[in-house]
Amino acid sequence: MTVFGNPTLNELERTWSDDLDIRLTDTCLRDGSHHKRHQFSAEEVRSIIAALDDAGVPVLEVTHGDGLGGSSFNYGFSRTPEQELIKIAAETAKNARIAFLMLPGVGTKDDIRQAQDNGGAICRIATHCTEADVSQQHFTLARELGLETVGFLMMSHTQPPEVLAKQARIMVDAGCQCVYVVDSAGALIMEGVADRVAALVAEIGSEATVGFHGHENLDLGCANTVMAVRAGATQIDGSVRRFGAGAGNTPLDAFVGVCDKLGWRTGVDFMKIIDASEDVVRPAMPEECQLDRMTMMMGYAGVYSSFLKHAGNAAERYGVSGAQILQIAGERKLIGGQEDQLIDIALELRAKQDADA
Amino acid sequence: MTKKTAAIVGPGNIGTDLMYKLLRSAVIEPRWMIGVDPDSPGLGRARDQGLEASHEGVDWLLKQDQLPDLIFEATSAYIHREYAPRYAEAGIRAVDLTPAAVGPAVIPAVNGDEHAGAENVNMITCGGQATIPMVAAVSRATPVSYAEIVASVASLSAGPGTRQNIDEFTRTTAKGVETIGGAETGKAIIILNPAEPPMIMRDTIFCAVGPEVYDEGQDAVAESVHQMVAAVQEYVPGYRLLQDPQFDPPTAYTRGQTKVSVFIEVEGAGDFLPPYSGNLDIMTAAATRAGEGMARKVTSA
Repeated sequence: MTVFGNPTLNELERTWSDDLDIRLTDTCLRDGSHHKRHQFSAEEVRSIIAALDDAGVPVLEVTHGDGLGGSSFNYGFSRTPEQELIKIAAETAKNARIAFLMLPGVGTKDDIRQAQDNGGAICRIATHCTEADVSQQHFTLARELGLETVGFLMMSHTQPPEVLAKQARIMVDAGCQCVYVVDSAGALIMEGVADRVAALVAEIGSEATVGFHGHENLDLGCANTVMAVRAGATQIDGSVRRFGAGAGNTPLDAFVGVCDKLGWRTGVDFMKIIDASEDVVRPAMPEECQLDRMTMMMGYAGVYSSFLKHAGNAAERYGVSGAQILQIAGERKLIGGQEDQLIDIALELRAKQDADA
Repeated sequence: MTKKTAAIVGPGNIGTDLMYKLLRSAVIEPRWMIGVDPDSPGLGRARDQGLEASHEGVDWLLKQDQLPDLIFEATSAYIHREYAPRYAEAGIRAVDLTPAAVGPAVIPAVNGDEHAGAENVNMITCGGQATIPMVAAVSRATPVSYAEIVASVASLSAGPGTRQNIDEFTRTTAKGVETIGGAETGKAIIILNPAEPPMIMRDTIFCAVGPEVYDEGQDAVAESVHQMVAAVQEYVPGYRLLQDPQFDPPTAYTRGQTKVSVFIEVEGAGDFLPPYSGNLDIMTAAATRAGEGMARKVTSA
């Protein structure tokens, strides 16, 4: 496997089959929860899990879009409790492992325990990419519980490679087995991805794997992900049919095709996943994830992708421009979790409009 | 009246900021600063202000002929749990700024008077001091079935203690939202934002109230919120309402309840800590206020 930049990979304790060059995680039942406004039904989760498991996707993530405990006024209440959905997913999947996301400051250790009781096997812990030390107690617990661990450095576009590498080190020292460069805003461009992944591989590559999670806001999901793999990432996130926040995630179905063409073994059947995309995933989507004024502004201004629906709501409620809300969110350097501040921005814009009128 | 004497235990950033606030108090005289490191700059600053500073810890303090009336604990939960019984034994009242929660939780603007006679009071969390008054303001006007607070603070103002115990922050704050705020169920979310220049602490408080409030109770809730903001401003001058309280009608997305949203900002007084860290300022300001209440009670008893 000379195309990959991580020569020490085989020395790691691999948590997945040696028959795979890269391990794919589908997140339409987690990141897609934003696009769905957290309204997944039990039946939708059951059918999507069954189809993607059958297609051979090795990891399937299921949680409220903002992670365990995310059901709230700030992020939107879940139609079906996420723990119930994790349980259904674990009961439905025959081969895939079920992953769940948690953000320290939103979820707690108790939520992690409960997710494991419901069949969750991979604990993915996300922090803003300069705040990795808030995750230490959760990684410690997850490892004690025997969970596989993944760390998410969100909004990775905001920091240079060397800063990210140091933050990845904090996670690995706390027990994290794979650290992801997470392009939450869909703002990274090609070499920007490769440089960050390479820096992480250099720092933690002998102890942990490196992953990449991309968004489509500037239409670069697949291209950025190819760059990530060439730089040494071996775990890759995507969502079938882009079903995710903002303009959506790296389209996992298309990326499976790309991997086939490049000779990278993913274990996923291309025919089956494009059928699942059309016949099972699409019907569960309220609409296709689109590149439009709002989502392109998110990539352009470097805004956390899950702000999309909340900015849209606030724009409608107060009669102001949603794109302008997002632009100001970028200027204020808001980070993941600060959805409440979008309402405040909308109110300021409204007051300004009224004063100008 | 004669001022009551106080010792500050823990000469770090919080203890030092607290010292400057107590130096202005009309009822408390900060007389001792206690640490464990002879090189602590906080001890030097205390000496400069005329306090007696010792690096020999609380054991030294408790051996003195004259003991303080009040101790302000700005160390860690672990240390406070260990020493709280000894303070009580010595007849010293304690204001606890750690998460130890040995004594009842106090939000001065809400239940300060209730616990002025307690031998030990706890200041909950910074997010709790900032948001629980708003929950209480809504719940005294109309029943609150659920309240959720979102606290955003500058990364630089969150020390290792908060970072390694972030679950304790959310749990303790959520509990305070229920027990002192008066919500049936509480939830707390905290965000650490690294933006430069550092952001001033911001908090959002969401409350679920009855569907009928949307049509006939908005004014009463808003009025109560404005009054409570004024009450907190008495001891935290940088506590500001950013917008008038917002009311959203009951829908499926609000679980059939009227949603009340309150947006606030907390700018610190800049006594020692930088003004953006309103989260720390509101802790030392609230501790000062709580201590003054206790000092007055001791005097009148």
